[in-house]
Amino acid sequence: MLEVRALNCERNDRLLFRDLSFTLEAGQALQVKGGNGSGKTTLLRIICGLNDSYSGELFWHGAPLGERRDAFYAGLLYIGHRVAVNRVLTPLENLRWSSRLRNPADDGPINEALVHIGLAGHEDSPCHSLSAGQYQRVSLARLFLRGAGLWVLDEPFTTLDTHGVTLLENLVTRHTESGGAVLITTHHKLSLPGLRALTLGVAR
Amino acid sequence: MSGTNIGTAFLATLKRDLLISLKRRNDILNPFMFFIIVVSLFPIGVSPESAMLRQIAAGVIWIAVLLASMLSMDSLYRSDYEDGTLEQLLLSSVPLYLLVFAKNIAHWLVSGLPVILVSPLLAYMLALPSEGYMTLVASLLLGTPVVGMLGSIAVALTVGLGSRGLILAVITVPMSVPVLIFGTLAVQNALAGGSPLGYLALLGAMLALTISLAPLATAAALRISMN
Repeated sequence: MLEVRALNCERNDRLLFRDLSFTLEAGQALQVKGGNGSGKTTLLRIICGLNDSYSGELFWHGAPLGERRDAFYAGLLYIGHRVAVNRVLTPLENLRWSSRLRNPADDGPINEALVHIGLAGHEDSPCHSLSAGQYQRVSLARLFLRGAGLWVLDEPFTTLDTHGVTLLENLVTRHTESGGAVLITTHHKLSLPGLRALTLGVAR
Repeated sequence: MSGTNIGTAFLATLKRDLLISLKRRNDILNPFMFFIIVVSLFPIGVSPESAMLRQIAAGVIWIAVLLASMLSMDSLYRSDYEDGTLEQLLLSSVPLYLLVFAKNIAHWLVSGLPVILVSPLLAYMLALPSEGYMTLVASLLLGTPVVGMLGSIAVALTVGLGSRGLILAVITVPMSVPVLIFGTLAVQNALAGGSPLGYLALLGAMLALTISLAPLATAAALRISMN
C-alpha cells in the first residue's frame, strides 16, 4: 500500500533519519517509536505531504506518491498533533465540516460516531468547554466516519483515559482486520495483534 | 472527486467560517466599530464645515475601510493554523484554492459587507452630496473583496510567524493603493458631474483578476507556511 524508500531528513542541521525504508501493507499496523525530537511527527508529515524537506522516494500502491496525490488524499485520514477541532464550534458542527470535506455524511452517522466515541450528551456544547480528553475524542470520532484506507495518527493517546485507550486500540484492530492500514506514533505500550514497530533515532 | 463533492466541501467550509464568525462576534464587531470611530473623528478633528468635509469624504471612508480590513485580517487563518484545520484543508482532495476562496467569501460577508451597508450613513455625516452615494457603494462593493483577497495572501504568508506585527500592513497596503486611488477617483468624478463608470470598470477588472489569481496565490502561500 505505502512504501518508503531510502528516506533522509535533516532538520536544523541535525540528521533525523537516514536511509529509512519500510513498507506498510493493507491489514498492517505500524507503530513509530523514538524519543522526543527523534522525528516521529516529521516522518508522518513527510508521508502526508505536509513537509518536503527530505530526500528519498515514497510510493502509494506501487506508483510514486507525487503522481497520485489525489488518490492518496482520498484514501488518507490524518489526525495530527493539532487535531483540527475548532474550539468555538460544537462537536457536531466540527464533524459536519470535516465529513463534508471528504465524503458527505448526514447527521445520523455523525451522531452515532459521537455516541461510539463516548461524547453522547456533548454534541451541542462548544468544544472549549470540553475536557482535554473529550476534545481529543472529537477528532477521533472521524475514525468512524470515513472509509479511508490509511490512518495516520500522531500521538492519539496522549489525553485519553484507560477506557479511551482500549476503545482506540479496538478501533485500530478492527480497521486492520477489515483491510485498512494504520501508521501510529505513541509512547504507549499498545496491545495490538500483529503490530510492527519502527524505532527512530537508535543509530545515534 | 465528483463535482457535487467539491460543491459540498465548498459550501461546508463557507458555512463553517460564517458560523465561527457568528460565535466570535468580537472579531466582526471590532473592525466595524473601528471603522465608524475613525470616520466620525474626522468632522471633530479636521473641520465641521460641510464644504471641507464633502471634499475629503470619499477618501476618508476609503482609508477607514482599508484600515478596518487590515484589523479584521489579523484573525484570518490564525485559529485554523493553531488548531490544525489548515493541515486538513491541505490534505483534502478538493483543490485548496477553492476552499481558500470559500473562506475569502465568508470573511468578506462578515467584514466587508457590514462596512459597505453602513457607509451611506457615514457619507451623509461627512456631507457627501447625494450624487456620490451610489458610486461610493459601488466602488466599495468592487474594491473591498480585492483588498480582502490580497490581504489573504499576506496573512497566508505570515501565518506561521509568531508575532507578525506590522508585516501584514507592509505587504498589504502597497498592493491596495490602486484600489484606494480608483475608489476615491470614481466618487470624485461622480461629484464633478462626470461618469464614474471608467473607474468602476477598472475596479471591476481588478476584482476579476484577484478572484482568479489570489486564491491560487493564497493556497501556494499556505503550503509554504505549513511546511
